[in-house]
Amino acid sequence: MRSVRSKLTPYYLMLPGGLWLAVFFAVPIIMMIGLSTMTGNIISGFGDTWHHFGNYAVGFSQYKAEWIRSAEYAGLGCLISIALSYPIAYWIAFYGGARKSTYLFLILLPFFVSFVLRTIAWNYILGDQGLLLEPLKHLHLVPQNFRILATGPAVVIGIVYNYLPFMILPIYVALERVDPRVIEAGRDLFANPLTVFTRVVLPLSLPGVFAGVLLNFVPAASDYVNASVLGGTGNTMIGNVIYDQYFVVQNYPLQASLSFSLMGILLIGIFSYARALGTEEVLEAAAAA
Amino acid sequence: MTGGQGVSASTLERPSDSAPGSGPKARRKVRQRRKTGERLLHWFTWLLIIWLALPIAVVIAFSFNNPHGRYNYSWTGFTFKYWGSQLFAIPGLTSAMEHSIMVAVIATIGATVLGTFVGLALGKYKFRGQGATNLVQFACIAAPEVVLGSSLATFFLQLKIQEGAFTVIAAHIMFCMSFVAITVRARVIGLDPSVEEAAKDLGAGPWETFRLVTLPMIMPGVIAGALLAFALSIDDFITTEFTSGSFVTYPLWIWSVSRQGLPPQVNVMGAIVFAVGVIFAIANSVVSRRRAA
Repeated sequence: MRSVRSKLTPYYLMLPGGLWLAVFFAVPIIMMIGLSTMTGNIISGFGDTWHHFGNYAVGFSQYKAEWIRSAEYAGLGCLISIALSYPIAYWIAFYGGARKSTYLFLILLPFFVSFVLRTIAWNYILGDQGLLLEPLKHLHLVPQNFRILATGPAVVIGIVYNYLPFMILPIYVALERVDPRVIEAGRDLFANPLTVFTRVVLPLSLPGVFAGVLLNFVPAASDYVNASVLGGTGNTMIGNVIYDQYFVVQNYPLQASLSFSLMGILLIGIFSYARALGTEEVLEAAAAA
Repeated sequence: MTGGQGVSASTLERPSDSAPGSGPKARRKVRQRRKTGERLLHWFTWLLIIWLALPIAVVIAFSFNNPHGRYNYSWTGFTFKYWGSQLFAIPGLTSAMEHSIMVAVIATIGATVLGTFVGLALGKYKFRGQGATNLVQFACIAAPEVVLGSSLATFFLQLKIQEGAFTVIAAHIMFCMSFVAITVRARVIGLDPSVEEAAKDLGAGPWETFRLVTLPMIMPGVIAGALLAFALSIDDFITTEFTSGSFVTYPLWIWSVSRQGLPPQVNVMGAIVFAVGVIFAIANSVVSRRRAA
């Protein structure tokens, strides 16, 4: 009797949370897949499901530019993020001393201000008459018609800014786990500092970099806030298209097919990536940090 | 013991001394270069911290601005009035902030309870379906927010469920729960199972064992998960926008007026949320450090 009960315990524990996930995550996703192959419009209603895959073709051909732009901005954002994050994570992990957690806390400060509010603050800073450009224009350091806001680089700046801590943290976690004795061993074996870095430290920290790329790329590629606050109308990403299809055009089947394509591409990418590189451990460490 | 250490140290020293190009002079040069590099990295770290703090500084500074019109873009004078009598002068903003806090509190409680159970199940037991559960959870965390939001929105639409506070809370519990489960699971895995067995051997029932032994041991994980859930919920924008209908939260209110310019009250409330968050984070780290010591 007792053993039967203890065998069932994990299922009892799982039941409420599992049900919640099923109802508000799994079922909506499955219904979205069904909706994505429907035809019809908002007035006469939608129907005739499971055999209209044309929405997918339309979604890719009509919004090719937005798909490409999403990949570009998110990819570029990741590269810049790695370049900025690695030296900092390195310095905190190896030279942070007793103040390690203070530095990490300072890096996490932006998360205490609302995401929308801090993105709009960048709009103020980068604006044509904003805090950055007005003094520069006043001093004639940049031409009067020079602008950053409503350009692609502004979107990339916003993306890098908003997700940078998600790059620094996992790289830091990976570097922090590197045993200093391994580095010492490398030095004792006559490696110069550069060789120690490229042959010992870098390979050991790569899982952190990969985890950081995951944590940056997914939200960056699907985000629409940065693109609409900082990018103006000419630099929209696929998130903006999904938003418009839902709220403005109300073409729900097309919106569902775009959403499912986005999720499918990202999840397949993540799973193969995690399988190949074994990032799960570091992702968990980063989530726990 | 001491002799052995001396021997190993000397054997380590000797070959590196006789290595080509690493005489005392060359070594000093390497050390010098390393010091310069370290200093550069130190400056770079602070530069980046300043860059990260820049928008926060702008938000806080403009909460003291006294704009002439609706536009709070340029500095026109210092005032405290938006921190005092004028703070609640915009009813829509005030109620949006109240909605945000209410949603965050309810969603945190719900997500913490459900997520703690899931984390316990995943960390303590081996059961059939565990792999699938992990997979769904991972997908829930990894799925883009715009997809979570739009799928929920069409789900509510098809079931003809009126969107509002309830749908927002349901969505928030859904995406916060997995984060709580992960932090609790990490804590449960590190526990010594013999402590619970000892409690059972001493005659404690399953509920007493849980309440008096398991729960206190996993508490740091539960609290960390709850804080994370609260932070995620109060700041959430994308999923909330898709599931809120006419229900307005603080980020949604900011978004709705952002094209016309934000009133200073938005900055004041942002600054207050920032300050409260920072105080909580510091308090949490002090408490956990004291507990560890």
